[in-house]
Amino acid sequence: MRVALFVTCFNDTLFPGTGRAVLTVLERLGHTVDFPPEQTCCGQMHFNTGYRPEAASLAARFARVFAGYDAVVTPSASCAGMVRDGYPLLAERHGDGVDEQRIADIVPRVHEFTAFLTDVLGVTDVGARFPHRVIYHPTCHSLRGLRLGDRPLSLLRAVRDIDLVELPGADSCCGFGGTFAVKNAETSGAMLADKTAEVRATGADVLCAADNSCLMHIGGGLSRQGSRVRTMHLAEILAATERGAS
Amino acid sequence: MTAPTDRGVVWLGSPTFPDAARTALLDTQLRANLKRATTTIRAKRHAAATELDDWEALRDSAAAIKRRTARHLGRYLVQLEQTVTAAGGIVHWAGDAAEANRIVTDLIRETGETEVVKVKSMVTQEIGLNEHLLDAGITAYETDLAELIVQLGDDRPSHILVPAIHRNRTEIRDIFAAEMGRWGRPAPEDLTDDPAELAEAARQHLRHKFLTAKVAVSGANFAVADTGTLVVVESEGNGRMCLTLPETLITVMGVEKVVPTWSDLEVFLQLLPRSATGERMNPYTSTWTGITDGDGPSRFHLVLLDNGRTDTLADTVGREALACIRCSACLNVCPVFERTGGHAYGSVYPGPIGAVLTPQLAGIDRAATLPFASTLCGACYDACPVKIDIPALLAHLRAGVVESERARRRLPTAEAMTMTAAATVLGSPALFDAAQKAGSLGSRAIARDGRIGRLPGPLRGWSATRDTPALPAESFRSWWRKNRDSDR
Repeated sequence: MRVALFVTCFNDTLFPGTGRAVLTVLERLGHTVDFPPEQTCCGQMHFNTGYRPEAASLAARFARVFAGYDAVVTPSASCAGMVRDGYPLLAERHGDGVDEQRIADIVPRVHEFTAFLTDVLGVTDVGARFPHRVIYHPTCHSLRGLRLGDRPLSLLRAVRDIDLVELPGADSCCGFGGTFAVKNAETSGAMLADKTAEVRATGADVLCAADNSCLMHIGGGLSRQGSRVRTMHLAEILAATERGAS
Repeated sequence: MTAPTDRGVVWLGSPTFPDAARTALLDTQLRANLKRATTTIRAKRHAAATELDDWEALRDSAAAIKRRTARHLGRYLVQLEQTVTAAGGIVHWAGDAAEANRIVTDLIRETGETEVVKVKSMVTQEIGLNEHLLDAGITAYETDLAELIVQLGDDRPSHILVPAIHRNRTEIRDIFAAEMGRWGRPAPEDLTDDPAELAEAARQHLRHKFLTAKVAVSGANFAVADTGTLVVVESEGNGRMCLTLPETLITVMGVEKVVPTWSDLEVFLQLLPRSATGERMNPYTSTWTGITDGDGPSRFHLVLLDNGRTDTLADTVGREALACIRCSACLNVCPVFERTGGHAYGSVYPGPIGAVLTPQLAGIDRAATLPFASTLCGACYDACPVKIDIPALLAHLRAGVVESERARRRLPTAEAMTMTAAATVLGSPALFDAAQKAGSLGSRAIARDGRIGRLPGPLRGWSATRDTPALPAESFRSWWRKNRDSDR
């Protein structure tokens, strides 16, 4: 199986450790992972802000760059959701320069990282150890977009020495919503305030999720409030081992 | 699309959603009222929906019926006109708000009456009927308890189903005590904020109106094309009074409310109460077919309103919004609505469904900030009994807003320039790599302990309550190039 990492422009730029963690986990499981350097962005920001021609051209690039791989793995539920739900629409309605067949070929081969582990590789125990109190926030695109359900939690439950506690109100949005947090910063901030209060009340050391964008938002709020709760992509928890754990 | 005539729907002079929301968020009483109300109703709806084994099948059926009816809307409307006429009703067609208001005003004038009672109706809010009637010297009395609170308070509705959701019982007591006397029977002098006492005060106030009114105006939840039957569902019985006691009944109905047969209606009568109030069945379901000698109104008029609906139908994506049955489940689960309340939307249709319906009915330039009033979290789609994919519609309408801006302006907006620049950078790995390096240097220069604090300009709002991480020294692609590329 030829596996490519789509790290996403956001992780590439801000959270390179998440990309390395995905490599660590997949290589530990015996897979070779390629990183096609021509990759950039899935186009989600442009699509969700209304800039469809720009999104279409990024979608065309994505389909070209990742053609030929059996599986494209990405540590972002929202970017995986963009490919799955947005690309067919872009191919249909903004056809110029977007090869519909190429899009149709690539869409089913793009996998969110946790779904790739559980559904494609059939693994829940990835050999990780993480001796900390952890809460999991199912981001909206994990929960209601990709319907990841229990998959991320099944992976976390298999981590050695983890103290996994429940986050109350976990299914509510943190208020990020991409450009929403800029255009409607105060409304977003009101949602964030409720989310950070719930996170802090759990007494957890680490908040994890399958998307760094929501984690950057919640983490940005926690940091401003002077909270000690750390935010980590769950790939980084799955990558941690006896030696590597902090 | 040509600019629509004034269709109402939006409240003229309203601020943009971000501005209105900013003001609303400062109202701590409002936020407390909304949080309490939406939390309660969410739990009730969830229980009522999940107790049915065939809930998902019902949603699928409802979605299919609505979409099929919309595809053949013209046929069902003509059929409805025939069946209503055959049953003794008179059907009128109104292209827009102004025409509907004129028709209703003329019909009331023909009766010689200057007062009418009203059943709670969204469509008459949409066209601004009460205000129009007042200008024509006709007073319309709202008889739904929450609409009465809104009317007495000289206020605007903030929720489709619970228009006074922004008020708590103390505020309601004060409104009743101060205003009831100006509209009719005053509130008792010793009125407290006990819900039973408030309901009794409203009952006494309204009783006189029900018994004396000669004309009633209603909306409709459904109309069955097959038999010409109109349907109103409600909780309080005020609707039943208005629909049966007066001599003349005038019903204004959006053209999308038609369903083909009673078998189709059955699906919605299960979905609507459970989605709306979390009840298995609503207390009152009134159905009427034309007129019946010696029973109920002797004159029945049905006004079929377009007001932007056929334009909406022409958009194969946007038309999904016409499937809405006005249950408000999407409002109640929406995290944005919970914080801002309904007034911030500047429209009679607030919340997620309002954000997709308002720009389509009123014209996208009249509600250009509404499609952006959402995080696309998807809670609305999961709750919708007719499976309207509201997040997908929002994204679709955002594209419409951007296209409209591009067509109207000679110079691009700052946002458009930023988006174009981002697309150029992201269109080239070399440019992206260079931008990452520049961003890393720049952001680390202004960061403290890897975190950036308050920022000016468009990021002022964001950075008011959030730190932003500085870009790390090395991007992933840069790390890969150094550590992995050479291995291969």
